[in-house]
Amino acid sequence: MTSLVIAEHDNASIRPATLNTVTAAAQCGGEVHLLVAGKGAEAAARAASQIAGVTKVIHIEGDHFAHGLAENMAAQVLALCGNGAGSYSHILFPATASGKNIAPRVAATLDVGQISDITKVDAADTFERPIYAGNAIAIVQSLDAVKVITVRTTGFDPAASTGGAASIEKLDGVADSGKSSFVSSEIAKSDRPELTAAKIIVSGGRALGSSEKFNEFLTPLADKLGAALGASRAAVDAGFAPNDWQVGQTGKIVAPQLYIAVGISGAIQHLAGMKDSKVIVAINKDAEAPIFSVADYGLESDLFTAVPELVAAL
Amino acid sequence: MKILVPVKRVVDYNVKVRVKSDGTGVDIANVKMSMNPFDEIAIEEAVRLKEKGVATEVIAVSCGAPQCQETLRTAMAIGADRAILVETTEELQPLAVAKLLKALVEKEQPQLVILGKQAIDDDCNQTGQMLAALLGWPQATFASKVDVEGGMVKVAREVDGGSETLSLSLPAIVTTDLRLNEPRYVTLPNIMKAKKKQLDNFKPEALGVDVKPHIKTLKVSEPPKRGAGVKVADVAALVDKLKNEAKVI
Repeated sequence: MTSLVIAEHDNASIRPATLNTVTAAAQCGGEVHLLVAGKGAEAAARAASQIAGVTKVIHIEGDHFAHGLAENMAAQVLALCGNGAGSYSHILFPATASGKNIAPRVAATLDVGQISDITKVDAADTFERPIYAGNAIAIVQSLDAVKVITVRTTGFDPAASTGGAASIEKLDGVADSGKSSFVSSEIAKSDRPELTAAKIIVSGGRALGSSEKFNEFLTPLADKLGAALGASRAAVDAGFAPNDWQVGQTGKIVAPQLYIAVGISGAIQHLAGMKDSKVIVAINKDAEAPIFSVADYGLESDLFTAVPELVAAL
Repeated sequence: MKILVPVKRVVDYNVKVRVKSDGTGVDIANVKMSMNPFDEIAIEEAVRLKEKGVATEVIAVSCGAPQCQETLRTAMAIGADRAILVETTEELQPLAVAKLLKALVEKEQPQLVILGKQAIDDDCNQTGQMLAALLGWPQATFASKVDVEGGMVKVAREVDGGSETLSLSLPAIVTTDLRLNEPRYVTLPNIMKAKKKQLDNFKPEALGVDVKPHIKTLKVSEPPKRGAGVKVADVAALVDKLKNEAKVI
């Protein structure tokens, strides 16, 4: 029994979500192999070989792997698992935008069901996953020989990024599908930690009132704490914050050490994205806001006075 | 150009579901059902492409119980021209739905299939990508902008950290994210018109598709409850708690 984990990387380094996925793969039993497909990804492959618990890194190079196009990535994964006849019992992806994009292509081609967003491995074929935005937890059993899985990273501790000594095997990649091509990317450059990997998150809701106020009040607090910035769907829909800051069922699922919800009422869909945070602080002037029902520390106060006070007190 | 838009009937997003006491699932008897919100965005996008003159026909499809007809009527009230129901009372998992859709795509020959990125009941986020794989078509998931030009579709898509733009050759699959558009309100005249539009009915067997499940649900339970904590009096008390009690800053 061997698992294949599809690494998420930027060619130079391995993205943290990969480490949580390695932990989930190890819990499925057997060896863990890691696929690093990219362009100029030698450094990422070397970093991958250091991850504790990984026994082999498969390194694939090609211009057509530079942007992780689903058609090419899925074809590559399928080639490695001999289109199902190979030795991999489990194929795991982080449940990130990239993993969610590729995994179902692999599952469908293998004619197997996919188990999305697992939060726990109960047995090699049995997993737990949230449904209905986290309002219920399903225990599901795969009836297929090969399990294709996406891993909710907040459900698993990260594997140590050093201490491993995996072999690196460089293989020839599959050809370009020629059906899709990358045109451009608009990735916001930021010195802040990545939302899903941050230890502290400061998140704002509709009560901030405007994108100017959102920045004016929350940026100093995030700076002071070295925190990532997040937002509720209401704040994103209102245009106060960019879409990729959205925390919730339809956005990112986070579980930092400290989550500070500022002016967020706490809709079900938002709570689904952050209720596994270790410590939750809510600042809201509405005493009845549902966010207080999950907050460890609630401060019933006007955010426009409380937040500057908090910045000054830290 | 034809566009096919699959839509799913799900528990309305405003309903807080309850887990059944015997752990077999969630209780959906007598709760409000609606079109999956991401699918509504998909229908809206297809109808806009028709209004722009890019598409000639928009066909809505749903797979499931007879009541999915209501969802299809809503799709036609938004502006779909006709609808197809693949009727079954069996549980349908994403792979089975993708196989049914593949059979319909081969019948109808659309150039574009637009789907919601995920259904808000099982939260799987699989069907569009699976359909793309089964058809051997390219895909652009989590779309925030769709432009059809010549034989290509250019799609801006939401990715971690921002967005990226892909160019796909047609035929292709697109799945929708929230920012793609804001679906219109359906008007009474359009609801009336939708009642007269064509709605065909197939059984999975007639399409030659085996819908057997690949995943078995053993148990459904309530998530662990997170208890409410304490209210603090002021900012100083909050900082004290965070430093000395929770020790997170």
